[in-house]
Amino acid sequence: MHPFAYTAAQTPQDVTTRGSHPPHPDILAGGTDLLQLLKERVRTPAELIDINGLDLGGIDEKNGCLRVGALVRMSELAADPRVTRDWPVVSKALLDSASAQVRNMASIAGNLLQRTRCPYFRDATTPCNKRDPGTGCSALDGLNRTHAILGTSDRCIAAHPSDLAVALVALDARISILGPDGEDEVAVENLHRLPGDTPHMETVLQPGDLITAIHIPASECARRSHYVKVRDRASFEWALVSAAVGLDMDGGTISDARVAVGGVGTKPWRLRTVESLLIGKAPGPQVFKAAADRAADGAQPRGGNAYKVELLKHTVTRALMELGGCA
Amino acid sequence: MTDTAMTVIGQSVIGKPVSRVDGRAKVTGAATYAGEFRPDRLAHAAVVTSTIPAGRIRALFADAAESSPGVLVVATHHNAPRLPYNSMAQRPQVDPQAGDQLRVLQSPEIRFNGQPIAVVVAETLEQATHAAALIRVEYDPAPAVTRFEEAAKSPRKPSAGKPTDLARGDADAALAAAQVTIDATYDQPMEHHNAIEPHVTIAAWDGDRLTLWDKTQWVGNDRAEIAHVFGIPEEDIRVVSPFVGGAFGSALRTWPHVTLAAIAAKMAGRPVKLELTRRQLFSAIGFRPRTVQRVALGAEADGRLTALIQEAVGHTSQYEDYAETTVEPASMLYSCPNLRTAYRLAPMNINSPCPMRAPGVVTGVLALEMAMDELAEAAGVDPLDLRLRNYAERDENKDLPWSSKGLRDCYKTAAERFGWSGRSPKPGSMRDGRELVGWGMATAVYPTHRAAASASVVIRDDGTAVVRSAASDMGPGTYTSMTQVAAEALDLPVERVRFELGDTDLPKAPVHGGSITMASVGSAVQAACVAARARMRALSNAVDPVRGADYAEILRRHGLPQVDVEADAAPGIEQKRFSMYAFGAIFAEVRVDPDLGTVRVPRLVGAYGSGRIVNPKTARSQCVGGMVLGLGMALSEQSEWDDRFGKVMNANLAEYLVPVNADVPHLDVTFVDEHDPHVNPLGVKGLAEIAAVGVTPAIANAVHHATGIRFRSLPITPDKVLAGLSKKR
Repeated sequence: MHPFAYTAAQTPQDVTTRGSHPPHPDILAGGTDLLQLLKERVRTPAELIDINGLDLGGIDEKNGCLRVGALVRMSELAADPRVTRDWPVVSKALLDSASAQVRNMASIAGNLLQRTRCPYFRDATTPCNKRDPGTGCSALDGLNRTHAILGTSDRCIAAHPSDLAVALVALDARISILGPDGEDEVAVENLHRLPGDTPHMETVLQPGDLITAIHIPASECARRSHYVKVRDRASFEWALVSAAVGLDMDGGTISDARVAVGGVGTKPWRLRTVESLLIGKAPGPQVFKAAADRAADGAQPRGGNAYKVELLKHTVTRALMELGGCA
Repeated sequence: MTDTAMTVIGQSVIGKPVSRVDGRAKVTGAATYAGEFRPDRLAHAAVVTSTIPAGRIRALFADAAESSPGVLVVATHHNAPRLPYNSMAQRPQVDPQAGDQLRVLQSPEIRFNGQPIAVVVAETLEQATHAAALIRVEYDPAPAVTRFEEAAKSPRKPSAGKPTDLARGDADAALAAAQVTIDATYDQPMEHHNAIEPHVTIAAWDGDRLTLWDKTQWVGNDRAEIAHVFGIPEEDIRVVSPFVGGAFGSALRTWPHVTLAAIAAKMAGRPVKLELTRRQLFSAIGFRPRTVQRVALGAEADGRLTALIQEAVGHTSQYEDYAETTVEPASMLYSCPNLRTAYRLAPMNINSPCPMRAPGVVTGVLALEMAMDELAEAAGVDPLDLRLRNYAERDENKDLPWSSKGLRDCYKTAAERFGWSGRSPKPGSMRDGRELVGWGMATAVYPTHRAAASASVVIRDDGTAVVRSAASDMGPGTYTSMTQVAAEALDLPVERVRFELGDTDLPKAPVHGGSITMASVGSAVQAACVAARARMRALSNAVDPVRGADYAEILRRHGLPQVDVEADAAPGIEQKRFSMYAFGAIFAEVRVDPDLGTVRVPRLVGAYGSGRIVNPKTARSQCVGGMVLGLGMALSEQSEWDDRFGKVMNANLAEYLVPVNADVPHLDVTFVDEHDPHVNPLGVKGLAEIAAVGVTPAIANAVHHATGIRFRSLPITPDKVLAGLSKKR
């Protein structure tokens, strides 16, 4: 393992100060992804700053919004009775993630920042623009069965791996960021960047930025929400395709709809066209299917992942059907 | 030793579901695995591997590594001792039978991506790992063969080993004349063993004497191979391996890293621990080769076979011919007058494959049994009826009678437990809500082998016994089952008998593989214990057999602290008089989601005719494990190979998908009564391999029954299912 200095942060300002100066330490929270990256030499930071001693835990409900501390563990949030009642899609997305052991360690903020499972990114001997800018993308014409079909570029087609992020994007969640210049808030949907020409720049976070909390607004769509994940095995596996959906009903009509998908995008992917096709309609198999047929608009498959175009439509349909009581 | 030498007094302990005698030690951490020994001044090694598939090392810069903190030595082809690599009088049967083993640090030549090219030894593992990353290598690359399809275009016969091209009658003519025919190609991907315990060796020199604590299924061969590699007497080497954390065949051979550990320890002048990383386990040890097979069947209108052709191509390395018995089951599993088989090798720039649970057989049977299912459909015959119509009453390949064959009982028992008679024959006709339900079945088979083995017994004046043999226990429960055999033969309670294994200081045992341990070592243990008990009777001057409870008194009367007996046991003429196989029948139910392409297996039912079952508890455990392996092979496991780099890309346990608990269904295991007086003194046939056979085709056949589509390329993943279903729509 690459030698690194270890610092336990005493205050959030320790993180912002040290983080904004060379050698720009990597932040250690649950460590479930970072340790893999260190062992494989995908990351070789000179310093790690451990934030586990900071007061960044706690789940509070205030003014119709759930505030989740950055260090809350996945298992804690998944099991919170307020979450299972009013934000079921969040709980389901978490419980469909990883294993019980990993969920007990991994933090909520770290989950959003986990790196792609692209095998070329994780093998330090193969070219990868995300890991080593300018070396090329091995996945474009390589093994790409698990890769993204939306938001891709000719530099990178790596899929974003988080399930939680998909649920949060569907629910318009926001994150609090403490930076060297103060506090800021950004929508989870805007946290991740498209790869474009710079796939190594994955988020809008700047050196020294620390995610302190996640805010998930309550809504009828959140209360009536659902997550469906399709994967190669029944547990402990990332999504081939997943869908987070929420519906608000006004009488017999859909008054609001949320649809976001995972496993298909280079970032968590909101499907506003699909949402607009649902709003104002009476829920039912035909309506759901017609809307979901637009889920893969703009998809650019590359051989091995071509099946995801159909699977995406079917997964969104399935999620809506199950939520709408049609399945 | 005769078959009837054992006289049982009191209650038999063979056949009892005794809990693992080492279970407590394992769950409490008291069991010491190879990597957990701690010789004084232990240093740690990190292996550097090649990043190209073929060529030569032009330059290797080790200066930065050598001056890195804690580093003791960096071993490369420049400074490593030149080793004689003497050839053995007889090649171990666990090694490929042709070619030359990989010689580590002896030349700059690169034969595959991931080949060990340097070892860094340091005070700590972290220091060694870091220094290993500082080594810079420049290569002169050479053209490499990394595409299976390219290598398989001009495959060649294995240049040594068992003949694989078998023939009787005229299979091609019979196929052309057959009323019903099937001709299809099946593709089984490369798979890796992925035992939880990584391969690890601790090497310690004391002058010219070497001790190896190694993860191995065969301490005796480890010693022999390293003695030949280093050109030192076998007596100067001791190999210790008391516990193995799963191996499935990956620890049969003595791999190059064992030599590397011994080189490193010699150069460092310290004991060295070398543990391969999970990623390195995908290139430094073997794997199940990718195998593409054509199976052509010809039959009468009623499904009776008239022609059987099976042709397989598997890949191997550039330096060894690793050949499997893939096409052998085709020669004996069913009655068929016309047969032709062929097995060919496609050499590539890859490390050598090696046996993985039921090597060859699991592969050959999956293609044959998927083809039989296709024939059943083509002939309009129930898949189980088709097997019964083609039941082989004797081995038509060897032209010998079976020593025993409980397969009819297996079919009947498993079919009843599964409820097969309720199957609706038409594919796609069984549904549960939106799910497509499929029922499939397959036959399982594995040859029963036996090898010479020795065992010793010490009966002590406290009335206890210690039984020893240099065997191994990679998980089946050797410790427990041998204790049972010994306890029964000695007429002692299990608690008064201790069995020791995994040390070259103990009496010789054969390889712990091929399901031969109980037949081979068990026979030796029984022979030694019977002889020891006879010795006790001689001492007591009794006419009747003595009771185990009287041992202490007999020894005290003679003033003896203990009695030592050693015995050998070896197979005999029975091997030429009978054909010996274990058989089984597997039934599977699958649920296919036609929209999402997912396949889930709610239940598997297996019945096995495997001779005498020494311990039904550990036996069931083995069968359950085999079923899980077959499930992974059917639905999720594959080593994903990138032709361009010549390497496995999903080289970790997150992306190489072995089944997890949520995938594992209700598993129903039954052993049919089978008394086999011929196979060996214990009447056992072994279970490790047959438990893995037949599961994959049973599931694949069930997927066809659910969907009406043949998925001939494994594993059957959602992308393939969706593509198949959308083509059909």
